[in-house]
Parts: sequence; structure tokens; C-alpha cells
Amino acid sequence: MGPVSRMQDNFARFFDGDIWHSFRTSPVTVVATVLAVVMIVAAIIAPLITPQDPFDPASLDLMDAFTGPVWGADGVWRFPLGTDDQGRDLYSAILYGSRISIGVGFASVLLSIVIGVTLGLIAGYVGGTTDAVIMRIADVQISFPALLVALLLNGVLRALLPGSSQETLALVVIIFSIGMSIWPQFARTVRGSTMVEKSKEYVQAARVIGLSSRAIMFRHVLPNVMGPVLVIGTINLAIAVLLEATLSFLGVGVPPTEPSLGTLIRIGQDFLFSGEWWIVIFPGIFLALLVLSVNLLGDWLRDALNPKLR
Amino acid sequence: MTDALLKVDNLVRHFDVSPPWLNRVIERRPKSVVKAVDGIGFEIGRGETFSLVGESGCGKSTVARLVVGLYNPTAGTLEFDGIDISSGAARARNRGAQRRMQMIFQDPYASLNPRWRVTDIVAEPIRFNKLVSGDAAIRVRVGELLEQVGLSAADGEKYPHEFSGGQRQRVSIARALAGSPEFLVCDEPTSALDVSVQAQILNLMKKLQRELGLTYLFISHDLAVVYHVSTKVGVMYLGRLVEWGETEVIFNAPRHPYTRMLLDAIPDLDMSGRARTPVAGEVPSPIDPPSGCAFHPRCPLATDRCRSEAPKPVSVGAAMVACHAVEENRLPEWHG
Amino acid sequence: MAEPLLTVRNLRVEFPTRKGTLVAVDDISLSIAPGEVLGVVGESGAGKSMTGAAIIGLIEPPGRVASGEILLDGRRIDNLSYDEMRKIRGKEIGAIFQDPLTSLNPLYRVSRQLVETIMTHLDLTVKQARARALDLLKEVGIPAAEERLDHYPHQFSGGMRQRVVIALALCAEPRLIIADEPTTALDVSIQAQIITLLKRLCSEHQTAIMLVTHDMGVIAETADRVAVMYAGRIAEIGPVQDVIKRARHPYTEGLMGAIPTIGGRHELLTQIDGSMPRLTAIPEGCAFHPRCPQAHFKCHTVRPDLIGDASHSASCWLMERQASGSVGADAGQEGGR
Repeated sequence: MGPVSRMQDNFARFFDGDIWHSFRTSPVTVVATVLAVVMIVAAIIAPLITPQDPFDPASLDLMDAFTGPVWGADGVWRFPLGTDDQGRDLYSAILYGSRISIGVGFASVLLSIVIGVTLGLIAGYVGGTTDAVIMRIADVQISFPALLVALLLNGVLRALLPGSSQETLALVVIIFSIGMSIWPQFARTVRGSTMVEKSKEYVQAARVIGLSSRAIMFRHVLPNVMGPVLVIGTINLAIAVLLEATLSFLGVGVPPTEPSLGTLIRIGQDFLFSGEWWIVIFPGIFLALLVLSVNLLGDWLRDALNPKLR
Repeated sequence: MTDALLKVDNLVRHFDVSPPWLNRVIERRPKSVVKAVDGIGFEIGRGETFSLVGESGCGKSTVARLVVGLYNPTAGTLEFDGIDISSGAARARNRGAQRRMQMIFQDPYASLNPRWRVTDIVAEPIRFNKLVSGDAAIRVRVGELLEQVGLSAADGEKYPHEFSGGQRQRVSIARALAGSPEFLVCDEPTSALDVSVQAQILNLMKKLQRELGLTYLFISHDLAVVYHVSTKVGVMYLGRLVEWGETEVIFNAPRHPYTRMLLDAIPDLDMSGRARTPVAGEVPSPIDPPSGCAFHPRCPLATDRCRSEAPKPVSVGAAMVACHAVEENRLPEWHG
Repeated sequence: MAEPLLTVRNLRVEFPTRKGTLVAVDDISLSIAPGEVLGVVGESGAGKSMTGAAIIGLIEPPGRVASGEILLDGRRIDNLSYDEMRKIRGKEIGAIFQDPLTSLNPLYRVSRQLVETIMTHLDLTVKQARARALDLLKEVGIPAAEERLDHYPHQFSGGMRQRVVIALALCAEPRLIIADEPTTALDVSIQAQIITLLKRLCSEHQTAIMLVTHDMGVIAETADRVAVMYAGRIAEIGPVQDVIKRARHPYTEGLMGAIPTIGGRHELLTQIDGSMPRLTAIPEGCAFHPRCPQAHFKCHTVRPDLIGDASHSASCWLMERQASGSVGADAGQEGGR
């Protein structure tokens, strides 16, 4: 059997499987998935479907500032959801902003998965002192709220880095600080499942063959502990997006020249009571829907992958 | 015996089951040690099947894991074909010896990685030991192995969950054979299987032994299975061998009261109506084994000497027995 | 033989799944007389445990009894409500399961579990119930029963725990006990003790026992009659001696040959090739035909009913050949009667 037919085989297996069935029979999950996919795809192809590049100051005109949504009195089709104080088209700004929010979310979750899964695997498989050291570090980390860790790291890294590189490194800093604040969850889960898998006979069989611990950990154990990681990863994607928005809202996130959803909300809140409600409401709704749908997806995944609930 | 493939001498393995350090200090609890294997020795000749039999907790599975190196011995020596494999370091020096032994596990549902295709599972020892090179050649070899254990080469594309328990155990055997071993350690290979499937697997193991000249260390709690497969038998009780020797001798003229008790307890299919000696008591905890002969609390022949002094194995006919009653010649006739 | 205590007629248990309905138990008929031990033997997936679960009304949904009748002392119990069935369970039918740990609540002392069960079913004061609990523990052979009465389940060893479970099943002196693999988790020597205990209870109290197990040895030692199950149906049913020594169904014959015995040593065991079909793929005709060395054309297409005389019958077309000429091939719907 070649790789292509193997892949077809795998697809057939998936669509025949219980997970696909459980997906199909859960309308909430289907709606959430469609919504999440639409939002993520829209963010990725934002430049193709928006009239304006809101990050390019040259394209902004202060004369357009505070235009209301299209159904309002001063609304124009050029700015379907209105503009902000700089004359930025909100529709474009939201899509561009969600690009940053989602990008930061994915990157930081990926980073925390790499760190958390690796450390969790090592702690669970090696055990003993190594386990104790890794898990105590994780305990310390988990006992601080994620936001606090992110704020702290953000502050420290900004202080250490030279001023000129701050703008360019701002994204890296925020990804790193969010990633650092959620890795213990992955480490804990993976450590637990690793300890269960480690005692199973297929791992012992691999040891009898003579495989090195590293090969056993990454080739045998890892694929069998990734199920829960997928679930936590999805739920944490929502959390990371929120965290990024919060940091940006507090002004320690991405630079205001390239506003993310959080930045937009921060800018907008100043005008909430002066009548320009749309500046804060639309990015807020987008963020809420994004987080909600990703969360629902994560909830469903957790149930679908848990054989006890099926 | 001159041509011993595996020599085990005074093998000991203790497990520390003490409470954590802090609890020991605060609650003044002592350290506690399970003497899972407490000084056993035997030899397995090339082409033989040596079986270890005993009730749960007697340490038979620990011996199997010590032999293949999943545990390191606390004391004692293991010698495989003249090569010392007593410690992890010695094993690392003699990787060749490790390849020549493989293990078959009890639970066919846990012993195969559920995420791997059968081809990859069986190919792993081949790839690891670089026995065959080239993907196509490896696939051919895996196909041969699968056919050798009664599956078809096409089964390699499937995942373990698509097979029944018996078929999985065949995959397990194919994987064990993939490294071209001479010596297989089988830890209760059929106790999770149904009777009819057990017969298939036992027959297969016998066939493979004949064809490939394999040597088996067979672990089981089922005396009938042990009788069927082995050339030699060792009966274990609380970490020690109480009686060992040729299968026919052990089963037809058992001397140790424990062996007799086990044989008496087997349900009788022939329903000859033989009176069964009621068996008293249960296996004591290996953390705090009885003094003297560990079997004395359950033994109908126990004397004061049995309660205080551990019996040393003595050679009686073609078997070795560790029992004071045998030594003192006060053993009743065996009903046979 | 006396009037049967339990009669099961044409029982069918189904599990609806989204890929179709699985039939776990298919057209089973059997009966047990007071003081009789009926062994139900078969390999995993044969439907033997499901039959036991159906009788005590403990089939996990979505599984259900699709058709057939279960009669206890002439009264139908398969269509009772959950509450009515709960009264019968424990009072009239006791259950013993494979794993003694899961049958006992680890958080309660044994005394409490016994007293509660006794008081649910019998009109006794706490003091009387406790006295009865003590008697029960003595009866099932627990040494130093006074002391052990107030221990927690984890303080008992496996064999002793199974004795406690048996005591729990005996609380209300049920007339029928369903014992599902009661000795499987135990060592050989303990197994023998539990079997002896069950046999004694059976003869002393005239309790009927349905002993579900995969172990022919246990059946041979304990049961009066045995039903051999295969793929959800009864392959053969009859007195234990007859079935073991003069098996009529090729499956029983193969099963007996597959059991290694001490004494008669052969190079190879008789082996039945293949394995029991999964519930999703039960073959047409006789479910055993793909593995049967004697299968002929009819076996591939037509499913045989139990054929034979009143006491010993097998669902196999070979029986028809043997029977034709003599008594005639009357199926004898209800196997054991």
C-alpha cells in the first residue's frame, strides 16, 4: 500500500469513526467550528477581502474619523462597520487585528505545547529527582495567575532589551510570556498520561528490544499522550487569545501602530460614552465569538476523546 | 548439564516500598522492603522449556523481568550463553546478548502500541538491530514473520485494535521473533486468552520451538499449561523456588507439600471423584514473610524446625526440593 | 427433577448501535431447579455474562431484552419496573461478580454493608441484623469473624473478599444466585476453596446457582448441568458428565480437546482454528460453521435449533443425522427440561 492509499485509508477511517459521528450529531459544535474556521480564514486572507490596510498610516485619513456604521446616519459603504479616531476602517482593522490575536494565540500555544509536552514526557518517563524538579517548577509557575506571569515577563524582557528592538520584538515578547504562563498545564497532563503509558507492556517490549529512553519517549509514548494535549491546546488557544487581548488592552501588548483586537478595544473604550460605541463593540463581539467558538470546540473535543463519556 | 543457555545463580530482587522520607521521619514508620525474588538459582539448557509456576505474588514475573533486563538484580548473577548480564552496565557492554533474547507479554491489549501499524510494530526490532536494510526488504521480512505466526502478510497494514486477542498475541510473537532471538521469555502468554485460542498459541509456540530451536522461559500460574509445554518446571513460593526438576518428576512424584497442594487444587475434568484435600490459608504478604520455611503456616507437615529454620534445597532423584519434611524423610505417600 | 425455579424462554438481548442492532444473546432457553447448579460456559463474547445480567435485570442501556420471557417461580420478572426488580434483586436473586473489589464499597465497613443489605430485605432490628451478618461471615468461612466484621474491604485478601461478597449475596437467603466468574480473579488454591463453599451452600440451603464462567474445570467440579454458549446462542446443554465426556456439538468437542490436562500429555493440543465471530459479523447459518471441521452445506445456510433428547441436546445439524431413524428430530425447545 502506497502513502496515498494509506492516507485515503486514514480518511475513510476517520469519517467512519466515532469522533466524526459525535461531531456530526452535535449542532452546537458544527456551528462553533464553522464560525471559528470562517473567522480564522478571514483573518488569514484579510488583505484580500478588506478595502484598507489599517496598519499603513498613509492609507488613513483623519477626515474619515468617527464615521458610524453603514446603517447609521453618516454611514458609508466604504466603511461598513464605521471608523475609529484615526479614520481606520473598523472592518479592516478587526480582520487585521484578529490576524495578530490569532497568530499570537497559535504561536504561544505551540510554544507552550513544545515546552510543556517535552518536560512532561521527561518528568513522567524518567521520574525520581528529575520529575520532582520539573514539577516543582511547574507548580510555582501555576500558582501565579497567567496574567501576572505575562505582565512580569513582559516588563522584565522589555527592560532588558534595547529600546530600538522593542518594537520589532514586541510580538516575540508577548508570545513568549503567554507561552510561559500556560505550559505547566501541558506538562502536568502529559506527565500523568506518560506515567500510565510507561507501565504498559508495549513500552516494556520496546525496552526489551533495546531502544533508548529517548526513542521510547518520543516514538512510542508521545503519540499515545497527545489526545488530551489536543483538548487542552484548543481550550488554551481561546485563553491565549484572551490573554493577548488583555495585555494589549493594558497597553503592554503589541504596539498601537499595529493594533490587535485588544488594542482596538482599548482605543474604543475611550469613546464608548461619547457616542462612538461601534469602535469598542465590534472588536468586542468578534473577540467574544472567536473565544466562544474555540472554547466550544475544545469542550466537544474533550468529551469526544474521553472514552468514559461516550 | 553442560550446555546451559541461561544460568541464574542466587538471584535476588528487593523492592523498596517504604513510605516517603517525610512520612518515615514524622510518623516514625520503618522502611519496608518486598523481597519479590529472594535467592533463586536454576539453569535452562538450549532448546528446553523451563517453566516457573506459582500463585500471584510469588515473584515469577519478577524473575522474567530480571532475565530480560527490565529490572536489575539486587544481588546474584545472570549468565546468558557464557556472557554476564547481571547488571545494566554488563548488558550495555553486550548488546548482542540482549538481541538474542526477547519477551512475550501477558496482556495482548497493552503489549502493542495502539498507534502503530502492525508492520511497524514487527519491523521495529529489525530496524533497531539493522538486521535487514531497505524498506522493501523489511516489508518482505515482516510479511514472512506474520505468515510464520499464522497471520497473513496483508495484516501488516492493520492497527492492533482490528485484531482479536489471539491474533494480537500472534503479532506479539512475530515482533519477538523479528530480532531472530534464541531465547524467549514468555510471561503468562495465554492467561488472558480463551481456551480455544490458548490452544492455538501454545501449539504455535511449540511449532516455533521445533522449527527455530528456541529456548523458552515460561511463566504461568496454570499447572496444566505448564505441564503441557515444559521440559522442566520450577515451583515458586514467596520469592523462592521450593521444588524444581524434570516436568514428569514434578507432576508425577511431587515432594514439596506446596507443589502437592497446587496439584490437588486443580479442578478435575475427568471427574474421577478423587477426594480433594481442602486447602487452607492464603499466600502471606511478601513484605513480612513467615519465619523459617515461608510455607509453614499453610503446611500440614510443619514442625518447630520449619518455623525457625529455612530449608535448603536438597537433591532428591531428578528434582531439587527445599523442605525439611523431605530431608527428614517424614513425607506421606503421594496419591498420584 | 423438581419444578424449575428459574425458567428462561427464547431470551434475546439486543444492543442498538448506529451501525445496526447487535444481538448479544439470541434465543436462549434454559431452566434451573432448586438446589441445582447450572454452569454456563463459553469464551469471551459468547453472551454468557449478558444472559446472567438479563436475569437480574442489570443490562446496561442501550442494551435491552428484546424478546423472550424470564420466569422466577412461575412469575415473569423480565417486564418489571426498576423498583420492583430492585426488590427481587438481593431478596430472591443474589449476585456474585468476578471482581470482589467492585462489589464492595471501599468506604464502608463490611458490617455496615451487610447490615444495610439485610435490613433492606428482612424485617430485623439493627442488633438482629448484625447478629445475622456475623452468622453469614462464619458461614462463608471467614476466620475470626467477630473481629473482621468491622474491617474495611481493603483489609481482606482477595479470597476473603470474595467470601464477603458471597455473604452479601446470601443476606436475604435468595433462592437463586447468579455467580459471574466468581473464581476467575483468584489463585488456584483459593479457587478450590470458593468452589467448595458454593457447593456446600447449594446443598444446605437448596439454593439454585447459575455459574457463569469460561473455565471448564470449575464447571466440571461444581455444576450439575452445563450450557455451552457460542456467539450468543446455546451450542449444547446437558448433564455435566455427558457434555464433558460425550460432547455432541463439535464446538464443545473442540473446546474439551483444547484444554491442557495433567496426565494425558500430547505433543499438540486439539485446536479450533479461528476465533469467535464478533457480534457485528455473526455468520449466517450455524455461527460455528466457519470453524467447524464437520460443516456441510446445510450448516452454511440454515441455523440449527437445539436437537436431542430432553436432558442433553445440541444445536448442530449432525444431531439430526444421528437422531433421524430413532426418536425423530424434535428440537425440544427448552433445552434442559
